[in-house]
Amino acid sequence: MESKTPLYNCHVQAGGKIVPFAGYLMPIQYSGIIAEHMAVRERAGLFDISHMGEFLLEGPDAVGNLNRLLTNDYSNLQQGAARYSPMCNEQGGIIDDVIVYNYGNMRYVIVVNASNKEKDYKWIQNNLFGNVVLTDISDQTALIALQGPLAQTILQTVTKALPQKRFTVVADADIYGAKCNISRTGYTGEDGFEIYCDAQKAVDVWNALLTVGEPHGLIPCGLGARDTLRLEAALPLYGHEMNDDITPLEAGLGFFVKADKDDFIGKKAILEKNSSLNRVGIKITDKGIARENCNVYSNDKKIGIVTSGTYCPFLGGAYAMALVDGEASGDITVEVRGKRLAAEIVDLPFYKK
Amino acid sequence: MSIKFTKTHEWVKFTDDNTAYIGITDYAQSELGDVVYIRLPEAGETLTTGQPFTDIESVKAVSEIFSPVDGVVSESNELLDAAPELINEAPYDTWIIKAENINKTAEFLTEEEYNEIIKG
Repeated sequence: MESKTPLYNCHVQAGGKIVPFAGYLMPIQYSGIIAEHMAVRERAGLFDISHMGEFLLEGPDAVGNLNRLLTNDYSNLQQGAARYSPMCNEQGGIIDDVIVYNYGNMRYVIVVNASNKEKDYKWIQNNLFGNVVLTDISDQTALIALQGPLAQTILQTVTKALPQKRFTVVADADIYGAKCNISRTGYTGEDGFEIYCDAQKAVDVWNALLTVGEPHGLIPCGLGARDTLRLEAALPLYGHEMNDDITPLEAGLGFFVKADKDDFIGKKAILEKNSSLNRVGIKITDKGIARENCNVYSNDKKIGIVTSGTYCPFLGGAYAMALVDGEASGDITVEVRGKRLAAEIVDLPFYKK
Repeated sequence: MSIKFTKTHEWVKFTDDNTAYIGITDYAQSELGDVVYIRLPEAGETLTTGQPFTDIESVKAVSEIFSPVDGVVSESNELLDAAPELINEAPYDTWIIKAENINKTAEFLTEEEYNEIIKG
């Protein structure tokens, strides 16, 4: 039996097409994936991502634990700032990728993927040391993403306290009486905000944003557009570009592995793994779409496998990310239902603001 | 020209006993979502009732379209090469193939019967 987010009824009333995803009943689309995708690139879109997990980590040893659990360095994460990181197992494989917020007074919030919530909670709990307490606050927390070039224009009509810089957060902002933490982050390749609020206030915040945003072209968007937007921006997704067997270096996330900090879980394995896997971008030049698990060939040699692929509405073509062995470049082919489609290796990201 | 439906969400409009236009229903296009590619069969390709005659790609997924008749493709709708979204915009005005030499068909449904099926 799937769970519902606090906004489930809003989605149904607005005509959202509901599908099960990561244990939740979520809207995959409202007006259509292409229309929603283009709204976010050109104006603004509103997403319910309350299915994601939030864990509060607090205590004098909180930062020490983050630095041991995560590959990025949290020793200099300022209050009011956010930082992305892979979280690895002892073999260097990625358990999940997370964003951590520093709310001050030794209080941190770790935001995890919906599908990994239980796995992550157990892993973190089992690896904690010292004076620190972990609490799952997912069920009481709603998360709404407002994304697109007009996101700031829309949001500043309902609240004064906006985070000015990317990867910063304003705590306890007020949106029509609802206390919100507003973060300048997102998963679309656009400017935008992620708004954390009490689950009981979620409907008020959602409706308020849609009302003030409507004259600016804001529309509700589903998980379908969330996926095409992140793929167009070449943002990796857990379970596709990352999994328990792939290290952050293989997934192209080396920037988020700080080898010069003190020991962290998976460090030795990540640095010692002798791998020639790389994440690359592919543009399909034939007619057709390469999707997950399609084989990638250079000449007639299989060099890798597609991890995500779809039609990218803003760019107007089919693109894919793939994990390939060694360096790949130039013309390649991708096998789609028994046929080889012509394609080429292109730079990531496909789309950059 | 009366329209007939199949359980697999195609529509057929006969122009005479052996010739018909074939497309997909409004319900089918709405389930697929935004259509971005469709393979256009070549004239002369054989059609077999209940067997796929092409693939249609929406942003979400790829699906097969099943032939509602035994026959031969006489023409594909070339407009769909540049504008596959016509299938979303006007599913009943947008034929995908024209079939000829039709000598057998699927069990067709009337509009009322088809509407009962998609109501579930």
